[in-house]
Amino acid sequence: MRFKDGHLLGLEYADKEDIELILKTATSFREVLERPIKKVPTLQGKTVVNLFFEPSTRTRISFELAEKRLSADSINFSSTNSSVKKGETLLDTARNIEAMKIDMVVIRHQSPGAANFLAGNLGANIINAGDGAHEHPTQALLDMMTILEKHESIEGLNVAIIGDISHSRVALSNIHGLLKMGANVTLCGPATMIPREIEKLGVDVCYHVDDVLGKVDVINILRIQLERQEGGLFPSLREYHNYFGITRARLDKLSKPITIMHPGPINRGVEISSDVADSEHSLILNQVTNGVAIRMAVLYLLAGGENINA
Amino acid sequence: MLKKSRVNKGTFEILPKKVLLKNIRVIDNAEKLNAVKSVVIRNDKIADILDKPPASFDGETWEDKNFVLMPGLFDMHVHFREPGREDEETLETGSFTAANGGFTGVACMPNTDPAIDTQEVVNFIREETRDYLVDVHPVSAITKAREGKELAPIAEMVEAGAVAISDDGSPVMNAELMRRALEYSKMFDIPILGHEEDTNLSKNRHMHEGFYSTKLGIQGIPALSEEIIVARDIMLTEFTGGRFHVCHISSKGSVELIRQAKAKGLKVTCEVTPHHFTLTDQVVESYDTNTKMNPPLRSDEDRQALIDGLKDGTIDAIATDHAPHSIEEKEAEYINAPFGITGLETALGLITSELLDTKILTLKDIYDRCVQNPRKILNLDVPKIKTGENANLTLFSQKENWTYNDSISFSKSRNTPFTNHPLTGRSVVVINKGKIFKTPPLK
Repeated sequence: MRFKDGHLLGLEYADKEDIELILKTATSFREVLERPIKKVPTLQGKTVVNLFFEPSTRTRISFELAEKRLSADSINFSSTNSSVKKGETLLDTARNIEAMKIDMVVIRHQSPGAANFLAGNLGANIINAGDGAHEHPTQALLDMMTILEKHESIEGLNVAIIGDISHSRVALSNIHGLLKMGANVTLCGPATMIPREIEKLGVDVCYHVDDVLGKVDVINILRIQLERQEGGLFPSLREYHNYFGITRARLDKLSKPITIMHPGPINRGVEISSDVADSEHSLILNQVTNGVAIRMAVLYLLAGGENINA
Repeated sequence: MLKKSRVNKGTFEILPKKVLLKNIRVIDNAEKLNAVKSVVIRNDKIADILDKPPASFDGETWEDKNFVLMPGLFDMHVHFREPGREDEETLETGSFTAANGGFTGVACMPNTDPAIDTQEVVNFIREETRDYLVDVHPVSAITKAREGKELAPIAEMVEAGAVAISDDGSPVMNAELMRRALEYSKMFDIPILGHEEDTNLSKNRHMHEGFYSTKLGIQGIPALSEEIIVARDIMLTEFTGGRFHVCHISSKGSVELIRQAKAKGLKVTCEVTPHHFTLTDQVVESYDTNTKMNPPLRSDEDRQALIDGLKDGTIDAIATDHAPHSIEEKEAEYINAPFGITGLETALGLITSELLDTKILTLKDIYDRCVQNPRKILNLDVPKIKTGENANLTLFSQKENWTYNDSISFSKSRNTPFTNHPLTGRSVVVINKGKIFKTPPLK
């Protein structure tokens, strides 16, 4: 992985050992989060800037919390406009911020490769918090950490990712991470939302959600975005719900319970019904908690931290 | 990191009264020449073509066993950005860039600002470039302001010297309008140079759609967006009896469609760029915006089909689509960067390293694709290596191993993916209109 370069740009560039190290470190930090005093001095004196060029609530808060728990100084820069519209280039924005002597940059941007672009141009450690439809590595890491709460190992596990794969950075990071950890990955969604030649990554594709549910241990359900309807990718939310929505009725037909995950924010009644989201097999809120621990681990390791025994 | 570097200032020197190109390989298919000869140029004309060099010669002499002489190379697809974006390229810097790359003639595309869509702009370009060594032939727009709505004043522009019509950069999406353009242009026997792209399939997309676009999370332009319009325009060509040339073909399907059209005897020709026969979409993994152009770099299967098309003659011409962009525009995130790369100064190097050294093409084939066919498509006279003819020549070294870098460029722009790419052939001098340009030695 690019830990040797000091960046986390995507799980495509990671190897199994890196992922295992992050997951193990995060487990230690998760323990910190259960303490009455949830703060450790690990990153004292380090400054992290959260550069968010896209609206984000949970990822931004999660990173910010992780930074504060580690005693880093953090600064937030949010702009819902793309930098180009503002008249300042991404590179200039980043260079300006770097001139203020920043150690790490967490970036979320609409353009695939934005994190790679910064990594090639700045001296700071770069953490990709989502670049277009490319990668969202900390999300996939927290998803894997959450899977391990219910399952002993990811190796050999059957995992399905359901929804709009074409526009999903969560899907791509999960695919890379899960395959490296030895899972079998199936993608399911409308054919208009499955990108071409994705099978070459080593995944299966299936368009029929009931067939998929019968075969898997874990499902990760992606948020469906209404604007894709206008783009002609599906006819209506109702039709999407009827053919791809995960409902209690669908799950009741299965011979065994399966683990339910969703990166959020969820559209209740669209890709997931409320009773499923709130069921005992749903780990959606555990994902959120684990998100902080994973981001603490990534920040810690990128800052040069060794294997930790907190 | 991109850096702004000095722009080389070129000069077209007056051709000395007497020049000897000694013991060099001379290629001119029209004259059935493919042999080591010595060529004497006197008073701008080819005076002698000798088997043995003269015993004594008191003029400028060029000699090297790796030198090849051809009639001047011609690039039928360049963007010189003048009028409108003189910060990126001008007619003058573009012409020096062409000369430095070994070209003595170019056809420049009309997507300027204002577009080349009136007689005045055609006249401006003709007059501005009249004394240049490089022949600059304007291609004028098919439609007013290249908007794809109404025909531009084609007759007036052809009268002023436009050699073809094109809305390059944009397709003519309206089939009815393209039909009328093909019919109308028949009156002047000029070709339409088609930018083939179904914009419904390509809008808001940034690279070839395939495995790499999937892996990089970049929305992809399917090869289909080109092929559908190529198929349409071949059908329109057959229906109207017009003359159609497909610009920068990029996909296997397009090669096949043109092969079939030619087999039918239709007046359809096409060109390919050096970047499309050299690179594939895999290079986009770098997220380098100098891998972004339209049509995009496609799969290796497509690249192989382009090479097959060059080999069997389906592809008539090699053209660079030289598209300068400012550093400011290109130093952006991938999806926000404009399409296009420069090409004039790396073309000959890529043609030799990718096609000649690999024995895909011979020197005679290169004469066809780079000297004769582009001029024939545009109804221009093909210069000859023949006693008494005006000297319009490219002398290049076939085996100079070199790499391109910004410091040797004459272009105002720096957007090439070929920095440090190994190249073989390199221009030595070009001669035309009583002038000579010497490609500076590598630093």
